[in-house]
Amino acid sequence: MIAAPPTIRIMTSDRRAVNAPADAAPVIELRDVSCFYGSFRAVRNVDLKIAPQRITALIGPSGCGKSTLIRTINRMNDLVPSFRAEGTVLLDGQDLFAREVDPVAVRRRVGMVFQKPNPFPKSIWENVAFGPKINGFKGDLDELVERSLRRAALWDDVKDKLKQSGMALSGGQQQRLCIARTIAIDPEVILMDEPCSALDPRSTRQIEELMVELKRDYTIVIVTHNMQQAARASDTTVFLTMGEDRAGYVVEQGETVSIFTNPQNQLTEDYVSGRFG
Amino acid sequence: MAAGQIQLTRRRPWSERIIEALLFAAASLGVLTTIGIVVLLTYQTVQFFQIVNLIDFLTGTVWSASIEPYKFGVLALVSGTLLVATIAMIIGTPLGLLSAILLSEYSSNRVRNIVKPVLETIAGIPTIVLGFFAINFLSPDVLKPIFGDDIGIFSALAGGIVVGILITPLIASISEDAMRAVPRGLREGAYAMGATKFEVVRKVVLPAAVSGVMASIVLAMSRAVGETMAVVLAVGTRPQLTFNPLESVQTMTAFIVQITQGETSQGSVQFLSLFAVAMVLFVITFALNLASAWIVRRYRTAY
Amino acid sequence: MTGLSATPETIAPPRFEPALMRRKLTGTLFYGACLAAIGILIVALLALLLNVLIVGLPWLDVDFITSMPSRRPTQAGILPALVGSIQLAIIVGLITFPVGIGAALYLAEYAPDSRVTRLLQTNISNLAGVPSIIYGIFGLAIFVRLLGLGPVLFSGAATLALVILPLVIIASIEVIKAVPQAQREGAYALGASRWQMVRSSVLPAAAPGIMTGIILAMARAIGEAAPLVVVGAAAFVTSLPQPLSGSFTVLPIQVFNWAQRPQADFQGIAAAAIIVILVLVFILNLLALVVRARLSRHIQW
Repeated sequence: MIAAPPTIRIMTSDRRAVNAPADAAPVIELRDVSCFYGSFRAVRNVDLKIAPQRITALIGPSGCGKSTLIRTINRMNDLVPSFRAEGTVLLDGQDLFAREVDPVAVRRRVGMVFQKPNPFPKSIWENVAFGPKINGFKGDLDELVERSLRRAALWDDVKDKLKQSGMALSGGQQQRLCIARTIAIDPEVILMDEPCSALDPRSTRQIEELMVELKRDYTIVIVTHNMQQAARASDTTVFLTMGEDRAGYVVEQGETVSIFTNPQNQLTEDYVSGRFG
Repeated sequence: MAAGQIQLTRRRPWSERIIEALLFAAASLGVLTTIGIVVLLTYQTVQFFQIVNLIDFLTGTVWSASIEPYKFGVLALVSGTLLVATIAMIIGTPLGLLSAILLSEYSSNRVRNIVKPVLETIAGIPTIVLGFFAINFLSPDVLKPIFGDDIGIFSALAGGIVVGILITPLIASISEDAMRAVPRGLREGAYAMGATKFEVVRKVVLPAAVSGVMASIVLAMSRAVGETMAVVLAVGTRPQLTFNPLESVQTMTAFIVQITQGETSQGSVQFLSLFAVAMVLFVITFALNLASAWIVRRYRTAY
Repeated sequence: MTGLSATPETIAPPRFEPALMRRKLTGTLFYGACLAAIGILIVALLALLLNVLIVGLPWLDVDFITSMPSRRPTQAGILPALVGSIQLAIIVGLITFPVGIGAALYLAEYAPDSRVTRLLQTNISNLAGVPSIIYGIFGLAIFVRLLGLGPVLFSGAATLALVILPLVIIASIEVIKAVPQAQREGAYALGASRWQMVRSSVLPAAAPGIMTGIILAMARAIGEAAPLVVVGAAAFVTSLPQPLSGSFTVLPIQVFNWAQRPQADFQGIAAAAIIVILVLVFILNLLALVVRARLSRHIQW
């Protein structure tokens, strides 16, 4: 599927390309990445390219390491003491696991939305302002909060109650709040770990529509159990499964339409047609 | 009735009832004790106020129970207690909180294997030992060299320091529980936005755990107010209203010990003053305990 | 759903100055402060133990343990106090055992969810926070005066039992509540009555935890002095204490008495007595660990 003719716009980060043609250089690249918890290998020899301003979906049966993989990208797995990663993870060509790279800095540029919405028990305004404040935002915070809430399609719902607790919102609203606070710090990439699995169908649809809007400015990687969601919303799909050694590995990746209508690998075909998983 | 039918109805055997009654009696002992304490203290305190004026008692700043002219201004004792307790809180709160944060947020096996035993050992030391430490080492060998002639062998500071050490495990354990209860998802959300570990602790974990932390502080205050043996040795027997921690003062608990140790005849005003002081002590600690429970109920962050 | 406008937007990029170095430095300083706090505690603990050992060890010998107290420090011993402490611990344990378990069982297994029950529970929590010296005053009035027992060992033991009962009850309730519901249901399903179920399913499972709690409470009782001073533990006892007659003393009281005298010799024997107390407390703590380990070997949920 060819992208619509690129509109000329000033991007919100000077590192991003002004245009984003379909074959642009990948914003994230994984080369031969394996992930270990202690001596247990959870993910095996993954090669992956994430194209900019696209939605890439990671699908596969549970336990095959999809979450482990994306948490490795934003170095969240550093919080697990027994975790170790091998291989290379590149963000815009920069090795994220180089010794001089600080995970804290990585996480500002690679944001994450979690499976269970986790707004802080603070006001809605404080939730969105949290990231900018700790990252030394210079400028009008109120304006940034409003802008972020608008782009997360939440502004109209909450503009009169910014001081209310973020936890008083419904599940779908909480997740959009989490998206708003993530985009407030202007990341390049947004990782989403099954963001809709705790939400009802209507909220799920709203989030999917939001993702399609957001991909104009951010690269989105989504882990999902929901094949229909991957088929509906994503541009590229990566299919992983668990091998006999219980380590996950990439079976096939490509344009979403091809993966679902014309998969190259038998395993892929079995999965997308519901024969297993 | 057919021969094989099983009898389904059965009255509860009285053995069961007796057992339940016994157990209930055991549980009610608590209520009886509370009622007993309140009744006893009230009765004797009322007798005391037949002799001594209530207002003078509550507002007087001179306490002289054994030396004539007898004066019973309880503020002298209360200020002694509060002075020691305040010093104890100033020392115990940071030590306890930082230990709790260490255990809850920076917890590796190495950290836990050192911090937990240290805290548990301190918690298990009888308070008389801390009192001995105060007058045998702390006062003469640490405080005297520092403060010289301004300080004597007895001081509120010496008592405050050891009581501060004493309450540290209390603050640490309750605060640690409160911090551990904060769900992982909240921390991860903050990390995912590029927060440093200290920022996660300061801006997410502590605010979410604040009700438990505050409750622990109030409970520790109550413990410090009620502490006896450590202060009775370290602080002295000079009831006076002062804010100078280098002075010797007398706490409410120390006074109670002093009176019971001596040859005071039952029914004398000195003896009755013991109950009045105990009543004040009871009211203060009870109020602090209630406040602690109220803080948890009222300020619990919903997450 | 509000979306972005169709026309291209020109938004100035938000400016961030993450100041990572400064923030990391603050974090490291904070970690240093935490380590300093635990360092201070370790230093204080070591200072205390060393102080007691250095001052007391020279005075600690067999004569010390087996002699009566004396006005002369060199001849003084702790025998009555030691015997008193041990007797006290035993009596406290014997009183606390049935009453503590009974109350805990009632509140955890029998009590309906009613106002009365909540009142009982709140009451016990409150009692746990009452200063121990107030229990001493209560014990003085009830056991010594009202019941006419006089200032004997038993009065002191009963008073101390009241001090530690709330703690034992609260700890025991937690242990009992930790027994999985499946155990209870298994007994009920076989037609057991409530007491039969408790005896067969709950008590054996909760026993290690409860025993541990009682032993630890006994360790606490050995170190307590304030309530006993009020009840009338004597300062100078030259005969072995009997539970129901005669004056009594315990180790902490003996320490209190000696520590108040400034002479170095008295400080020495006070410290020696402290060492004995600490050894007893240590033994009891060890016993509690052993009890928990051995008895809960058979329990696996």
